[in-house]
Amino acid sequence: MTEVKDAAARDAAKKLETYEWGFSSDIEQDFAPKGLSEETVRFISAKKNEPQWMLDWRLKAFALWQTMESPDWAKLDIAPIDYQDAYYYAAPKPRKELASLDEVDPEILRVYEKLGIPIAEQEVLAGVAGSRKVAVDAVFDSVSVATTFRKELEEAGVIFRSISEAVREFPDLVRKYLGKVVPMHDNYFATLNCAVFSDGTFVYIPEGVRCPMELSTYFRINAENTGQFERTLIVADKGSYVSYLEGCTAPMRDENQLHAAVVELVALDDAEIKYSTVQNWYPGDADGKGGIYNFVTKRALCQGRNSKVSWTQVETGSAITWKYPSCVLSGENSVGEFYSVAVTNNRQQADTGTKMIHLGKGSRSTIVSKGISAGRSNNTYRGLVRVAANAEGVRNFTQCDSLLLGSECGAHTVPYIEVKNPSATIEHEATTSKISDDQLFYAMQRGLGQEEAVALIVNGFAKEVLQQLPMEFAVEAQKLLGISLEGSVG
Amino acid sequence: MLQITNLSNTVADKPILKGLSLTIQPGEIHAIMGPNGAGKSTLAYTLGGRPGYEVTGGTVTFQSNSVRPELVEGLSFSGDKREEKDGASTGSARTDVGAIDLLALDPHERAAAGLFLGFQYPVEIPGVSNLQFLRESLNSQRKARGEAPLSGGEFIKLAKEKAALLGMDMDMLKRPVNVGFSGGEKKRNEMVQMGILDPKLAILDETDSGLDIDALRIVGAGINAIMRKPDKAVLLITHYQRLLDYVKPDFVHVLAGGRIVKSGGPELALELEREGYAEVVAA
Ligand SMILES: Nc1ncnc2c1ncn2[C@@H]1O[C@H](COP(=O)(O)OP(=O)(O)OP(=O)(O)O)[C@@H](O)[C@H]1O
Ligand SMILES: [Mg+2]
Repeated sequence: MTEVKDAAARDAAKKLETYEWGFSSDIEQDFAPKGLSEETVRFISAKKNEPQWMLDWRLKAFALWQTMESPDWAKLDIAPIDYQDAYYYAAPKPRKELASLDEVDPEILRVYEKLGIPIAEQEVLAGVAGSRKVAVDAVFDSVSVATTFRKELEEAGVIFRSISEAVREFPDLVRKYLGKVVPMHDNYFATLNCAVFSDGTFVYIPEGVRCPMELSTYFRINAENTGQFERTLIVADKGSYVSYLEGCTAPMRDENQLHAAVVELVALDDAEIKYSTVQNWYPGDADGKGGIYNFVTKRALCQGRNSKVSWTQVETGSAITWKYPSCVLSGENSVGEFYSVAVTNNRQQADTGTKMIHLGKGSRSTIVSKGISAGRSNNTYRGLVRVAANAEGVRNFTQCDSLLLGSECGAHTVPYIEVKNPSATIEHEATTSKISDDQLFYAMQRGLGQEEAVALIVNGFAKEVLQQLPMEFAVEAQKLLGISLEGSVG
Repeated sequence: MLQITNLSNTVADKPILKGLSLTIQPGEIHAIMGPNGAGKSTLAYTLGGRPGYEVTGGTVTFQSNSVRPELVEGLSFSGDKREEKDGASTGSARTDVGAIDLLALDPHERAAAGLFLGFQYPVEIPGVSNLQFLRESLNSQRKARGEAPLSGGEFIKLAKEKAALLGMDMDMLKRPVNVGFSGGEKKRNEMVQMGILDPKLAILDETDSGLDIDALRIVGAGINAIMRKPDKAVLLITHYQRLLDYVKPDFVHVLAGGRIVKSGGPELALELEREGYAEVVAA
């Protein structure tokens, strides 16, 4: 299926390239031509019927991006990305509806099955006709295909939209918050995202509302060579609560793909946002070829008093992960939490962690990071805890544990602590351990196969984080950890 | 049930077992005693298939009557010893398969075939509850044997029953495997595990050490309740008569220098306790 789509993309692009008037006048086309230029930005904006302010914003970002240089992160070995050798916009025909799961690639079904995804949900993921029954705003190939349960959410006053729709339907709200948490100039990939973001999700929870359901988005990258630039903006108004789940599955890939999403969260007084991610993008083959590059900027602004944001992430995929979900704790007594499990195997590289920026009095943060490295992979925790001079009574607790499988992998912990107020209490604990032969043999003597034993021990190690996940997600995540480490011992 | 013939091995290139032979029939309880460092735990680990315990000679056949050979990868038979027991089936899913070459199996396959090791030093697994550990283990074994997995409800019922048998609080079973357990609690936990997994052959390595007086009695009664059956057998590794007061052995062996140097009836244990190993080992 991917090949067919890719061929179509190339055809479309070729046609556009040779089209006399250039592509900008022809918005019937589903694909922007390969490469990145101001024209590409205009094309995307035009495709989405965006208002002038949105286009201007994008163009400003693009001009800025051209002056910036790709970051050079010590622990990541990144092959140079050719930004001209990618498509920045792909809006495939509405995804072909399948009559049943029998039509789905057996390899994908195998993964679904191993993950224990219920049949009904498999049908949703695979796009079987008439199967959509959960509040899934499915982002497939950059375009929101469907949004469901909208009615129940609307009755509660919750806005749950693709960001393109939101730009058109709620321009004031979007304009007020877009780029407020992650400014346009924040970093190379965030700036790029501002210029070319293709789609994503917008959520607004009005004052005093507890969102009646968990909101989830399944991201999936389908069209070959299509950079993915999702944009998510979640605003929780005073005294509201929302739990948002983001999960990913990806088919096998053979070329590197760049994914540079931006996620912005805003919590006003007494509001709480729980943001959970299970990320399982294609990590590449055993030599690391063909995996996805995941450079995501996720940041929350705990702006209100007593506001709270928790990030929970289970990162098992991608060839390279570069990701620091962070909290700016500007509200008095605001709370930031970061719970992370990052698994790397084979040649995967993960550099992940968080930043807790304490600006508000009495703000508190908790960081629990569990890194699991196997094969010849590298897993780095990089964390910053900063306490501003006038932030009295700040507390932070950080715990970083690393588990090694084998002797060729690496685990690194890089904590930065900057405290400008002496009343702060900062605690940091770090451990590194190995799965012992004793544990493996003990578990196998009780009847577990080697891979089951590894999965069990690893899940035990990561339990503190996994138990933060919503129930349905936790079960899936546990299985995912096991699958990600297949073949890593023995 | 278990026939060990001339078994030799090395651990870290060091020879430990040196031509050990021992035969255990169904329904029997055997005790092995012997000086520290004689190779008792090594024997247990080797039978369990622990990596690093390199078998350099000899054979071990195991008559488990509980495994469907086509379900166990790498299962091989010592063909000539294979017997067909017509009509022996009691209607369960288990099929008679004759003698298995135990050494050809991976540790988890040996477990599924019905072998259980009670560890001298039970291992801690942080973050994994005993219940989760045992349910996954049991269902893996059942799967390997072609049996249906136990549901959550069925499993909890089973676990409660066995915990009660060993006088263990269910709350202990909700805690991570052996983490923070006292020495005696760990040993008792091994026996709860044995109760739940219901093996054919249990090799119990110093299960009595660390138990208080009351616990010793309870564990002794537990072993009898779980394992003293016509189709099961036990190999008790111990230093003292005290456990044997509760679990009466049919045979007592002395392991020294990597071999069985003396075998006898229950009276041998009493004799050793009185006189020590010097005479036996020197002989
Ligand atoms: N990894 C190892 N490297 C070297 N020697 C080992 C290793 N493991 C065991 N040994 C040695 O093997 C011998 C047998 O050990 P084993 O644990 O089987 O003794 P045991 O009979 O169980 O003793 P105890 O009564 O003290 O439990 C000992 O001399 C021990 O030091
Ligand atoms: Mg020993």
